[in-house]
Amino acid sequence: MECVFGLVGDGFAVVAADSSAVHSILVHKSDEDKVMLLDSHKLLGASGEAGDRAQFTEYIQKNVHLYQFRNGIPLTTAAAANFTRGELATALRKNPYSVNILLAGYDKDIGPSLYYIDYIATLHKIEKGAFGYGSYFCLSMMDRHYHSGMSLEEAIDLVDKCIMEIRSRLVIAPPNFVIKIVDKDGAREYAWRKSIKSD
Amino acid sequence: MSIFEYNGSALVAMVGKNCFAIASDRRLGVQLQTIATDFQRVYKIHDKLYVGLSGLATDAQTLHQRLVFRHKLYQLREERDMKPETFASLVSALLYEKRFGPYFCQPVIAGLGDDDVPFICTMDCLGAKELAKDFVVSGTASESLYGACESMYKPNMEPDELFETISQALLASVDRDCLSGWGGYVLLVTPTEVQEKILKGRMD
Repeated sequence: MECVFGLVGDGFAVVAADSSAVHSILVHKSDEDKVMLLDSHKLLGASGEAGDRAQFTEYIQKNVHLYQFRNGIPLTTAAAANFTRGELATALRKNPYSVNILLAGYDKDIGPSLYYIDYIATLHKIEKGAFGYGSYFCLSMMDRHYHSGMSLEEAIDLVDKCIMEIRSRLVIAPPNFVIKIVDKDGAREYAWRKSIKSD
Repeated sequence: MSIFEYNGSALVAMVGKNCFAIASDRRLGVQLQTIATDFQRVYKIHDKLYVGLSGLATDAQTLHQRLVFRHKLYQLREERDMKPETFASLVSALLYEKRFGPYFCQPVIAGLGDDDVPFICTMDCLGAKELAKDFVVSGTASESLYGACESMYKPNMEPDELFETISQALLASVDRDCLSGWGGYVLLVTPTEVQEKILKGRMD
């Protein structure tokens, strides 16, 4: 019942994900961070098989770092998205990863952008998107309330609306969510939405 | 559900008088869910050659990247653009290379050849070419498209009439297919200009 969703606002992009790590009927932890900081101005929200998610996202993160070390400049969001898609596509017919990804980034000349990359390496630039069972609720909420150029307050309000829908309408809904944003000042954690405190 | 119907697509190309038109729908879906309504299926190879790729979106994107790569290499070696017939053979060869693990795509190729004679063809996912003099179709809405094109098509249409015909055929067909639609994208190519238009149809 994992869920990742995100949207693009006015000069920023926000990605939210649930934070439960589940195996069959057991919840291992409920504060697992599934939105990774790819570099100073990129976020990678991933959902899917636990091992693949951790391994693949770390692999992408390290390769993005390597590019920056080698070339002295960071990758653009589009380049990082295409690199990620390329890795998924190459592995698809050999040893496929079961990871769905939302990649958000901020580039100085382009502004914020959000990329949808599904587990079979379909890449598309989007304004709003979601993965998982929660997507059935999130996408509908966003279709109703989203407009381009939303302010941060409006966007977080919409994210909270989506989280409320998931909590109330999804059976075995994840209790906790993490919200991260990326704008001209960089990528950072914005807030947690916890209904179960864990130690 | 078949792998060809995972993302949903509709493609059609038609020949007119010294011109051709290629059109696609704009929906990107994952089975029943719509992800985007601005997905591009028709790609430019060079000014007078376009290829539309229907079927599984990830394979369409991979195949497009490989085709652009091969065409750029050709341009470097031959110092000219590929003819549409040659390009069609290239696509066919690339697809048949993967005979026992194919790309799940059905391409539609449309171009202006020597002396600006329009050329269209389609092929299945293994590269079996099918040349046509009038129109070619591909995608989940292909059966509806065959019917619509067969009834609406006339030979030697001028560009304006061709645009109207291909648009009506596309919109009528995708309205009968739940997996394709959300508007249309039409590219009309004559020897002197290229017109791109977005169609607004039933947005569902």
